[in-house]
Amino acid sequence: MQRHTHVSLNINGETLEASFAPYKTLLEVLREELQLTGTKHGCELGECGACAVLIDGEPQLSCLVLALECAGRAIETVEGLARGPALHPLQDAFADLGAAQCGYCTPGILMTAKALLEREKNPSRERIKEAISGNLCRCTGYQQIFEAIEEAARRMAHESTR
Amino acid sequence: MKVLGKPRRRVDGRAKVTGQTRFADDVVLPRMLHLRLLRSPHPHALIEEIRTEKASAHPGVHLVLTGKDFPVSFGILPVTQDEYPLAPEHVRYVGDPVAAVIAKDEQTAGEALELIEVKYRALKTISDPLEALQNPEPRIHAYSELGNIHRLQAFEFGDVDEALGKAHLVFEDMFFYEGNTHLAIEQHAAVAAVDPDGKLTLWSSTQVPHYVHRSLARVLQLPASHIRVIATPNGGGFGGKCDVCNHEMVAAKAALRLGRPVKVCLNREEVFYMHRGRHPVLMKLRTGVTREGKLTGMHLQTLVDGGGYGSYGVASTFYTGALQTVTYELPRYKFEAARVFTNKPPCGPKRGHGTPQPRFGQEVQLDKIAEKLGKDPAELRLGMVAKPDSLTANWLKIGSIGLAECIRQVVERSSWKSRYRKSGFGKGLGLACGAYLCGAGLPIYWNKMPQSGVQILVDRSGQVTVFCGATEIGQGSDDVLAAIVAEVLGIDPFTIRCVTGDTGITPVDLGSYSSRVTVMMGNAAIQAAQKIKDQIALAAAEQLEVAPDRLIFSNGKVFFESKTVTFAEAAGFAEEKFGTLGAVGSYKPPRAPGRFKGAGVGPSPAYSYTACVVEAEVDPATGWISVPKIWIAHDIGRTINPVLARGQVEGSVYMGLSEALMEEQVFRRLPPKLSDALVHKIPSLLEYKSLTSLDMPEVDTVLIEDPDPNCPFGAKEVGQGPLLPVMPAVANAIYDAVGVRIDELPITPDKVLKALELKAQGKEGRVGPVSFPRVPYPEPVEVAPPWEGGDGNAKKGAEKPKLKASAA
Repeated sequence: MQRHTHVSLNINGETLEASFAPYKTLLEVLREELQLTGTKHGCELGECGACAVLIDGEPQLSCLVLALECAGRAIETVEGLARGPALHPLQDAFADLGAAQCGYCTPGILMTAKALLEREKNPSRERIKEAISGNLCRCTGYQQIFEAIEEAARRMAHESTR
Repeated sequence: MKVLGKPRRRVDGRAKVTGQTRFADDVVLPRMLHLRLLRSPHPHALIEEIRTEKASAHPGVHLVLTGKDFPVSFGILPVTQDEYPLAPEHVRYVGDPVAAVIAKDEQTAGEALELIEVKYRALKTISDPLEALQNPEPRIHAYSELGNIHRLQAFEFGDVDEALGKAHLVFEDMFFYEGNTHLAIEQHAAVAAVDPDGKLTLWSSTQVPHYVHRSLARVLQLPASHIRVIATPNGGGFGGKCDVCNHEMVAAKAALRLGRPVKVCLNREEVFYMHRGRHPVLMKLRTGVTREGKLTGMHLQTLVDGGGYGSYGVASTFYTGALQTVTYELPRYKFEAARVFTNKPPCGPKRGHGTPQPRFGQEVQLDKIAEKLGKDPAELRLGMVAKPDSLTANWLKIGSIGLAECIRQVVERSSWKSRYRKSGFGKGLGLACGAYLCGAGLPIYWNKMPQSGVQILVDRSGQVTVFCGATEIGQGSDDVLAAIVAEVLGIDPFTIRCVTGDTGITPVDLGSYSSRVTVMMGNAAIQAAQKIKDQIALAAAEQLEVAPDRLIFSNGKVFFESKTVTFAEAAGFAEEKFGTLGAVGSYKPPRAPGRFKGAGVGPSPAYSYTACVVEAEVDPATGWISVPKIWIAHDIGRTINPVLARGQVEGSVYMGLSEALMEEQVFRRLPPKLSDALVHKIPSLLEYKSLTSLDMPEVDTVLIEDPDPNCPFGAKEVGQGPLLPVMPAVANAIYDAVGVRIDELPITPDKVLKALELKAQGKEGRVGPVSFPRVPYPEPVEVAPPWEGGDGNAKKGAEKPKLKASAA
């Protein structure tokens, strides 16, 4: 029978205890054990990017990572982006500029973009296109997503100089 | 306008960027069980026996269901109730559901599926329309019109042969549009639960909760009052969640049997097999033109591959013909169509529903016509744009039409005149146009009831709650609803609470399809909001001692000159005067002028128009096509929220370009030693190619505002129309770049190379269909066009289409 493993995971800066079958993916544990349903799934095969989260600051497809492997690593999900009521500049820009239509691919793209902006303060359009090329969006045609990431970069630069 | 036309965050924007939008698979209920479906591995077979004992005995399994548990069929159209939640005896495509397991978790359910023993007797597989025409037996459905031809349609509006006979030139072309699928990133999911009072609630990622509600009542044999369907916000729809689905019925039945919540979420492969996407269509188009470049008549024949079930197919087939007439002046028109059944996943509506295929053919043919006549393709089109407030040959009523301005805009912005036919070998521009419905004139179930209803509640706190059955599929229907009510009441849209897509608590709206929501829900919302406004104005006028019609509602205030109260205070006065404040509004499209049988598909309160220029670069050595830029202008009537409108246009451009260059829902035979089954060639998001962020060109979007009197504040649709011109504009740009015609979609590098090779050999530089099979189209229903003395009725004796003798 299924034997559960007990693991403590560091998610959005919080230590959470979880008990799950050892073959569970991080995606499954986030959504089904920890009720962090902000992370989405579109294929569970590593093809669409909807389940992207940050592990130690790097975008990773949570459907391809075993939750067991994540013990001791810093996991960030869309639930951790806002600071209390204040949205992250990426979230504000996505909402203002139409970068989220149905909103299903949005959490994965937000997390991927966050990793990009943490590496590069002012990425070019080409760098943005490359960074999110593993995240499929069927609604927007991507243009408003590019613009929102650029706008967020501007807002973050403005904030850091204040 | 205080709200409309201003760029603004959508009202549900915050939920979407915080991951808090609750999609169907995010619904989690206590004691919830999980359902998985067993699907047929055979494309065409009879079920001889199903044994479920082992599966039922598997630890953790709560219930196993088969076709025996579902004696009643369903289907989205009243005329094609041809599906069962689980097939009782006949499977018609690989993926047709035959049994279901409900277990403590998905994994256990999956294990138990493998313990179900099904004995099939394989039938001959009908794999494509040619085979369907050649093999009337075995019949995929007993109810089809002729052998495996599901439906035949033929209409003639004026004598087209005569019109072509008098033409300066007649162009005859064949085109093929391969099928493709919606590929919404959210997989279909549903949760069914029995409420404490014994009634059923189903949460589902559906675009059409009203039709799911109807179908559940039928299939479960329950009063509709005992069923509540809640459409969760869809993670993309595009038509893929417009049908009533097997898994919704089965989950509902299981929840009722077990008294516990049951969840089902399809995996990606299942979504590919459930499909209901773009029909593959073979087309033959004969068009006559005058020396001056006016159309004299058009004869369109289509052969439509329907897959294994009816779905929306009868309507889809009508739509392959109905809207060819609304873009350009066309004096006479003949349309013949046949939809066949094949043993593949059922086709249905995808963005543009039945119209992108003939639009592709028509717009590429116009490019050929322009070249032959020595005319500029933009000028040719400008010379024949349909007139506002006119009737078409097939009796459709056109209201506003901003197409000419759309053409002028894309021509100007793309520097068309200095670049078209002047860009040098390998580079080119292509132009095309399109038109689309703003909602279907008639509902699926013909009745005289409203197609959309809106209810508004206002209380003394100034709180405004708006209820409507419309479904949020990402397009922004909640935002349209809030914006329109906010505009009428002069308040901030973010103060409004929208309650939508819930058959238990919202007035009926037929759903998010056929680009109907802005026009139908919007008109209903204006009516409801206006009633509330009138009440508030009367009460506030008494308090302020002014005439009610002088009061202005704006910025959350109700005022005349210096006499001002807040909206909340005014609402309080109205509640004192009239009691609890509430109002309803409803909308039903105007009656269309066509009276003949078949006139029900095509009418709409208004039509949207689009023009597009595509820039293409083609590498003659590899056939590789790149698209650096696309210019598009869309006649939207009036823009409600420019941020969202632009998003709809660019999303359409993206999807159209993806269809033009790569998307295809295609099938292959497994090797005979396996099963010879007809399976999906590429049922994965990786292998089913679609454009990524790296492939997406720059898009220059212009919204043309030509308000239509039938539309709320003049606003027309924007969700589907802008897709239509993209595919033919790509094909036309490739011709301008390298001088070859690819008359079929998708246009892949191998086809370009093949056409270039043919051209180099001195042959016709073209890839596309070269023959059109004999299809036993019936004698057409003859209807005189309005300008030939018609009254909208079929000519005597022509009302019922007759099969030709040779077809019997």
